[in-house]
Order: sequence, then structure tokens, then C-alpha cells
Amino acid sequence: MNVKLFIILLILPFHLDAQGFAGLGQTPEGFAQPAPDPIFSFPQDHGAHSDYRIEWWYLTANLTGEDGLEYGLQWTLFRTSLAPEDKEGWASSQLWMGHAAVTTPDAHYVTERLARGGVGQAGVRADPFEAWIDDWAFTGPFDRATLRATGPAFGYDMTMQANGPLVFHGDAGYSRKSANDQASYYYSQPYFQITGTLHLPDNDVRVVGDAWLDREWSSQPLASDQTGWDWFSLSLKGGAKLMGFQLRGDDTYTSATWIEADGTTTPFPNGAFSALPLGVTDIEGRKVPTLWQVQLPDKGIDVTVEAVNPNAWMETSVPYWEGPVRVNGSHQGRGYLEMTGYDGVTSQ
Amino acid sequence: MTRVTLSALLSHWWRNPLQLFTLLAGLALATALWSGVQAINAEARASYDAAAATLGEGQFDRLKRRDGAPMTQDTYIALRRAGWLVSPVIEGRVDGVRLLGIEPLTAPGGLAPRAFGTVSALAGFSTGDILVAPDTKLARARLVVDAGIAPDTAISDIGTAQDILGRDGEIDLLVIAADQPILQRPLSEIAPELVRQEASTGADIASLTDSFHLNLTAFGLLSFAVGIFIVHGAIGLAFEQRRGTVRTLRALGVPLRLLVVLMGCELMGLAVFAGIMGVGLGYLIAGMLLPDVAATLRGLYGAEVAGTLQLRPIWWISSMAIALGGTALAASGALWRLSRLPLLAGAQPRALALAAGRGAKVQGVVAATLLLVAGGLALAGGGVVAGFTLLAALLIGAALALPLVLAAVLGWASNRAQGVTTSWFWADTKQQLPGLSLALMALLLAMAANIGVSTMVSSFRLTFVGFLDQRLASELYISAETPEQANLIETFSQRNAEAVLPIQKVEIALAGIPTEIYGNRDHATYRDNWQFLSATDTPWDSMHSGTGILINEQLARRGGIAIGDPLDVATSSLKVVGIFGDYGNPIGQAIIDETLFKTMFPEGSPTRFGVRISPENVDDFVAKMAAEIGVPAANTVNQAGIKAFSLGVFDRTFTVTTALNILTLAVAGFAILMSLLTLTSMRVPQLAPAWAMGMTRRQMGLLELVRTVLLALLTGAVALPLGLALAWVLLAVVNVAAFGWRLPMFLFPLDYLWLGGFALLAAAIAALWPAIRLAKTPPSDLLKVFSNER
Repeated sequence: MNVKLFIILLILPFHLDAQGFAGLGQTPEGFAQPAPDPIFSFPQDHGAHSDYRIEWWYLTANLTGEDGLEYGLQWTLFRTSLAPEDKEGWASSQLWMGHAAVTTPDAHYVTERLARGGVGQAGVRADPFEAWIDDWAFTGPFDRATLRATGPAFGYDMTMQANGPLVFHGDAGYSRKSANDQASYYYSQPYFQITGTLHLPDNDVRVVGDAWLDREWSSQPLASDQTGWDWFSLSLKGGAKLMGFQLRGDDTYTSATWIEADGTTTPFPNGAFSALPLGVTDIEGRKVPTLWQVQLPDKGIDVTVEAVNPNAWMETSVPYWEGPVRVNGSHQGRGYLEMTGYDGVTSQ
Repeated sequence: MTRVTLSALLSHWWRNPLQLFTLLAGLALATALWSGVQAINAEARASYDAAAATLGEGQFDRLKRRDGAPMTQDTYIALRRAGWLVSPVIEGRVDGVRLLGIEPLTAPGGLAPRAFGTVSALAGFSTGDILVAPDTKLARARLVVDAGIAPDTAISDIGTAQDILGRDGEIDLLVIAADQPILQRPLSEIAPELVRQEASTGADIASLTDSFHLNLTAFGLLSFAVGIFIVHGAIGLAFEQRRGTVRTLRALGVPLRLLVVLMGCELMGLAVFAGIMGVGLGYLIAGMLLPDVAATLRGLYGAEVAGTLQLRPIWWISSMAIALGGTALAASGALWRLSRLPLLAGAQPRALALAAGRGAKVQGVVAATLLLVAGGLALAGGGVVAGFTLLAALLIGAALALPLVLAAVLGWASNRAQGVTTSWFWADTKQQLPGLSLALMALLLAMAANIGVSTMVSSFRLTFVGFLDQRLASELYISAETPEQANLIETFSQRNAEAVLPIQKVEIALAGIPTEIYGNRDHATYRDNWQFLSATDTPWDSMHSGTGILINEQLARRGGIAIGDPLDVATSSLKVVGIFGDYGNPIGQAIIDETLFKTMFPEGSPTRFGVRISPENVDDFVAKMAAEIGVPAANTVNQAGIKAFSLGVFDRTFTVTTALNILTLAVAGFAILMSLLTLTSMRVPQLAPAWAMGMTRRQMGLLELVRTVLLALLTGAVALPLGLALAWVLLAVVNVAAFGWRLPMFLFPLDYLWLGGFALLAAAIAALWPAIRLAKTPPSDLLKVFSNER
């Protein structure tokens, strides 16, 4: 999961009100609802599920450049539906939003695209796999894909190869988001080897690293009192990985998946995982925690998670923080951190 | 003491309510004319601004098809997928309202009417809401009123607009966002049929509508000048008449400074009151004229202007400032004279004339200087500012010179006069001149403005109608929707009409200037109807031989291109063999031979055709074409219809011009009336001796009438050349500087005669009442002159 973003957003001025972050707490009348014990079918489920209100294809990558520097990369496509039934052409109820970013230790480049469904400007096709918005594309086959994005200041051209199985979070892919009914379908491909070129304002940089793709869809993933989340995807030395998140609301709700090097998963219920902010960064008046203590005692995890670049703020229609992190403490490693709901100066 | 002094000063108005009325009415009328014109301008400009804000016109580059036809949605998607951040727009008309379809998610900031603040607003828009300005008459469901939208414009989602217009999958243009990604494939690879138009060119209606507003502004300035003369006269007379009061008050010990301050405050109070009335009156004038102005602008330039007026602070504040400033200007001289008046100076009415005599030399020098400046600017000046400076110098110089010219003429006549009555008449007329000169200046300006503006408008009309005859030489115009249909139309027309003339064009840059280049077929239609501003002996032969090119005046002026100059077009160099007038077109235009055109621009194909056919067969032709090859009548334009429409537009322009003409003349007539009324009472001492020597009061009244008409006639004689000079400046200097083309000037002697007649009539009507009053002056009043010198 990662409760990753949400979306949907589009364009709304999001108030952290009773609707939860980015409207994700709205009641999803007429849309399909995730149910326990899902049966996934591939490649169809790599494609879009337009009977659900929101969905995303969310890829992050920790990279090392030929210059020896650490880089982070993000490629995300969000889908939201304005109405349960879809129509042809401009009457389509589907809206698409793309976010792309490259993070270096001292810079953070972000760009965004918006598109209507129904006319071919954006979409996701399951077979042969392609997810696209404008000239940005995540083009299959799914296990050996290419990835591209461009913006006014930067761009990248990457190739990826999946070296492990898909990973299903929560209860075999049914991921709870609150003590009540909120849930989503959630699986990942955390085993992509990625290589390619970052086009930065000053130069092109050849990079190599690993990428993590999250797939998630739902119709009401947040409870109405939940105002944001902190989500961690960590790759530890030795090959194990940890996905953990906490949803901030009247009560904090946490969830985690421990992934062995061979892809075997162990889900952890609410309360097993914890994340404690140790330090905040002031980003133009917003107080954003960029140094964390993360614990999963059942697996002996007690690490600090520190942003490679604390200023990885996503200045997009729906603003949030997303960037690469370093892991130290009981384990070493690297990963990605996403934090939403910090847009207001006092939103904690 | 202040209160007592003030009440003494104000008591003057109680005793002379007519003078109070003159002052207030003069100021109010001057303000009304100015504010009326300003209101119309402000309203129209606000409408354009709203249009610009909605459309982002002038802000963003655009992509259009070279041949002007709509592009398909696939082209749009192909460009997006190649990294081009473009947003689709479709345009059309529904129920007389301009409908714009946009795509809210890709539209660059500033293009969409407003950020869609909520998901539900976005959802509503994308599923069929239509945003319209208040009061838009559109018979559609789901209208959402948005005050930020230009009048008679509706904005909807592109899908909604395609449905309403019945143009599924079509896009008229793509707006290019300012920030583009670093990597994108070249346009020529993806959509070579598209051309990029720079933001500053294209549908820039501003430069066209500016022409109309420039004329209105010139009219407004003239009206104000007329008004200021009236105010100046009214205030001058009011001060003159209160000399007695002032003398008495000062003799009673009221300090001069207090008097000056009180009279200044009093005038400002009156100015505020009159200014408010004037703004109200101006609002009424503008309200009556605006629908016609709006119709004119829409017809001429396709610019949407609301037909209803809003109270905009910009014009009523500026109008009040003008009223107060005008009063201050007019009063400063009078107050200055008052402050220099010897304590016990006599209060003779002649003082005015004597003062005027002393000022005559200065006035002459100023007038001569201004006229010299005007002459110099006419010879050497360039640019809009110089043009208006020339206008101002010319008008003020001529107005100041008028009393001197009239005095010279009257002096000359007086010297030649035989007989006692005649000599007295001339001498008395000359003696009255200073009191009347301000009113006569106002009349001069009013008449000159009328002559100038009506000459300009009529010249514009003649030129434009001639231009339409030239451009619309074919009886019928047909638009094709597809290249296949174009072929069908051409074949069908060749069988059923006398001739068919394909109209094909591409937009390119010639000499760095955006230009539409046409490929013309060799046909007598063009040779017979087109007139050139300048050309070689055989322009058509040279052009059709493939070595020559015809260009419009705008291209020639902006590019500094003359007959015989070479011009690079695509890969060839062609010789300019003819320059033609092209009125109302903001960009360059050029014509080359059809065969050469097809070699140079093989991708374009004609989508419009002109058909030569006898006018009575047009309807049959259209019906047959619809039946045989399925081209609907909606795709045809009847030449007669276009011409009727254009002439209708001009008639509306005339309505506006005529109304303003009548108003200025009425104001000038009013000035004469008020001056005469004031003078009548002051002149009793001068008339009494003539009466005593046997002239009847009836005779004197009659002479009074004759005198006024004579003065108006003389003024008219000066106004005619001044008005023509004014028209010349507007047509040959201001228009060229502002818009790049020169309008030929035509003369309309009959119109001038009518105008002169109206002016004399206005003067006679204005003089009638004072003359009657004079004829009915009680003999006792006349007698009193001898018993009691005031």
C-alpha cells in the first residue's frame, strides 16, 4: 500500500476538513467497494479498474549515479472517477494526473500533468501493458518495462527489469486503512532493477538502482477523520524489505508488511509498526518531519530514517512530500518516504 | 462676515436664475458629452478585456492548420503524446452567441475563465455546464452565469461544444502553454499541416477596434473643448456681472482674499453639482448610443461588446475631474482679474470688451504659433501622439484665431458701409464680438468636428463599400468541409456557373511580417474589379506569368516595400507589381498565381470557392447544388447578403455619428443663446441712443437676429476648411500612424451645405428669444439710460 496518494484531486483546494485528506474520505456512492479475500488476475489487474473511484500506479526508485551521488526518482499516474459509470469520448468520467520527480542531494525537480480520459490522452492498458499520460509512459511488458517522463526542467529515460515476484499487502492484497471499513486493494512489485539516464538542467547522468512499484485501488480508502499519512518503503541490506505506514487521525492507524528476500510476506496489524518523528524541516512555513525513528519490534527493527534531501516537497495540485531516504540503526538500507497532510503550517 | 459675504454673493444667482442655469447647464452639457463618449469607450474596452481574459488572446501561441480547416482530435492526441503541452479549443456561434469549447485540465492558466474551485464545478463543466456572462440570451439548459466572461460569449467543455455545434472530433486551434518540456519531437514530424501563430498576431481584434475608439475619443475631446469654451464664457460673464457687487462688498470692507476664496468655493460647489448632472446626462447619452456602438463593433470586427452599461468608476471619476478641472481652468483667469481690479473700478460692461482688446495681440500670437506648430507636425510628424497633438494645435489655434478673423472681416465691412443704420450695425456687431466670441468659438469647433467626423465616416463608408465590391466580386461563395467535397463543388460549379474561382491561402511570414498568401486563378473577375493604390502597367500579366506578386498596403507600409522591389516567397524571389488597399485587416496579404501557389504550397487545397453567376440564378444554383452533391445552403454565402449586412453596420455607425453631431451642435447653439441673453441686458445703454434717434425696437430686434445669423455664417465659413483639415488629419495622419493604412478622403459638399443650414438654424433659434426680448424692452428701461447711468 502505501496509501499513496490519493488524489484526486485534481485541482481542489484541499482543506483538511471532515472529508479527510484530498477528498479521500468522501463517501463513494455507486462505486465498487474492495472486499476481503480478493482474487487477482494478471495481466488484467495491472490495468485500470474504472468502477472504483481512485487508483494509482506509483513507482519510486533509489538510484546511484555514475558520479557516485544518490538520486531519487518518482513516476506516478493517478486515476480518479467523477462518476461510477464511464462514457465514451469527452463525456468520460475518468480524470488522470501524472507526477514525476527527480531528487538529488541538493535539488528536487517536480512536474505534473493532467488529462481527461476517453480521448486517448492518458490511460492504462493491461495487455500489452502501458500506462501513459501525454508523452510520459510506463511501457511493458510489465516485467521488462521502459519508463519516461519530461518536464520543463528535467526528464528521464529508464529501463526496468523485475527480479522477483509481486507482493500482496494486508490480507492477501486486501489492505485495511482504518479500524472501520476503509480498505483498498494493494500489491507491489518491489524488485525492479532500474537503469537509464536522468536529464538534468546542467547535464545528463547515467544511473542504476532499484525501483518499487505500488498498485492500489479503492473507492474510499480513508476514514473521514484521517488527515494524512506517513508511508515508508525500505530496502534493507541482506535483501529484506519493509513497507509500513501510519494514518494520522483521531487515533493513529498503522500497518506493515515484512518482505523476505525471496518474496515471502508477513503482514502486521494495527499497532505493530510505529514511526516517531525525531526532527522537522521548515519548508516555506510548513513543518515537515524528515527524520524518523521507525520500529517493528517483531522483526527487531529499530532504525532511523533520514531524508536524502529534506526539501523534497511536491509542489503539485495536491502538495505533499516524497523523497529518497537513508536507513541506519539496527539495519542499514535505503528507501522512499511519502508524507501527506503537512500542507498547513499547523496540520500536525 | 464670511456668512454675510457669501449670502451677498449668492444673492446674485437668486436675482439672475437664468445665469445660474447657463453656468450649470453649460458645465453639465460639457461634462455629459465627454462622459458619454468615455462611458462608451470604457464599456467597450471592459468587454474586450473580459474577452481577452477568457480566451487568453494575445497571451499564448497557437497552432492552426495551414489551410484554416479544423484539425482532428487525433492530431491533438498525437501532439500531446509527443510532448507538446497544447490545449484544444473549438469555436462557433449559437443563437448569435460565440461559443468557445475548451478543455479545462490542459488549458494554460489564464485561459480558463477561472480556476475550477471545486470538484463539483469541474464535474459540472465537463458534463455540460455552459458558462455565460450575465444577461446572455442563449436558449440552452445548464447555463451558469459567470461575470468574468465576455458579453455574448459562452464557454463550455470542448465535448459539450462539439455536441452543440455538431462537430464531433473536431478542433479549431490548439493553445500552446508557455512552459514546454525539455524533450519533444518537432512539430514537422507529428503534424506538418499545422502552423504556429505567435501570441501577438492572429485574432487580435484590439488593433481594429482601437480605430473605432480613436475616432470616438477624438470626438470626445472635441466635445469637451466645445464644452470648456461654454463654461469659460459662462463663468466669465458671471464674474463680469458681479463687478458691481464685488465693488460694493469691498467698499464695505470685505477683504479681497476672502472674496476670492469664497467665489472659488462657490464655483467649485456649482461645478460638483453640474458635474453630477453631467455624469448622469452622459450616462443617458451613452445608454442610448451603446447598443448601436456595440452592433457596429460586432459587425465590423466581430468584437463582442455588452449592449448595456455599467457604472464604471473610471469614467465617472474622470468626468467629475474634468468638470472640476474645466471649471478651475475657466475660473482662474476670472479670479485673477478680480484680484487685480482696482478697489473702486467702474463696473461698465465695456470692461469686458476692453480687456478682450488688450488680450487680442497675445491671443493672435498664440493662435499663430499653434497653427504653425500644426503645420510643422503635418509636414514632419509621425505617430499617433503627433497626430493628436496636431489635432489639438490645429483646433485650439483656429478657435483662438476666430475672433481676430471675424474682427478683421467686420472692420473691413464697417469701413465700406454706406448709410447710418448700416454703419451702426457693423460697428455694433464688432462691438459685441468679444462677448460672443467664446460662443462662436464653440460653434466653430462644433461645426468643424461635425464636418471632420462626418467626412471621415463617409469616406470610410465609400472606401469600404468599394472595397467590398472589389473583394466580393463573385456572386456566391461556397465553403467545402472536406477536400473531396471541394472537388465536387469545383466540378459542379464548372458545369452550372459561368466561372468558378478557388480561394486558397496559407499563412507565412513575408519580410518578417505575418502574411496570408493567396493563389489566384487568372480571371476577368479580378482584372475588372480590383483597383490598386499603385501598380506597374501590367500587374495581372506579371503576376500570372509567375514572376510578380501583389501585396496589400499594410505589408507594403510595414515592410517598407515599394513597386519593383523583390520579395522572397518560399524559395523564389518575386517582384512586387501591385499594391492594393486592404481595409480592416491587421496582417499582411499577398497574391500570387494559382499554378505557382500549388508548386510552392502543395499541401494546401482550396476550401472556398467564388462562383460567377447571374444574380437571379443564385438561389436556383444553391438549391441544385444541395440536391445534387449535398452541399447545404449553410455553406454558401450570397454576396448580396454580405453587402447588405456591411451597409447595415455602417448605418448604425451613422446613427452614432449623427447623434453626436446633433448633440454638439445643440450645445453650441445653447452657448449662443446664453451669451446673447446675457448680453441683451448689458446692451441696453448702447441701444438706447439708437432708439432715441428713431430706430424702432422691432428693427433693433430684427437686426439682432440678422447679426447672429451673419456671425454664424462667417464662423461656418471658417469651420469648413478647418473641418476638412480635421478630416485629413484623422484619415491621412492618425489612421496611418495607428493602423498602417490610409483612407482616401472624399468630399461631400451637399452634406456640408445641410450642416451649414443646421448651424444657421441653431444660431437663429438661439437668437430668436433674445431678439424678441429686445424688441419688447419697455421704453421706460431705455429711457432710464438717459436719466441714470446705471
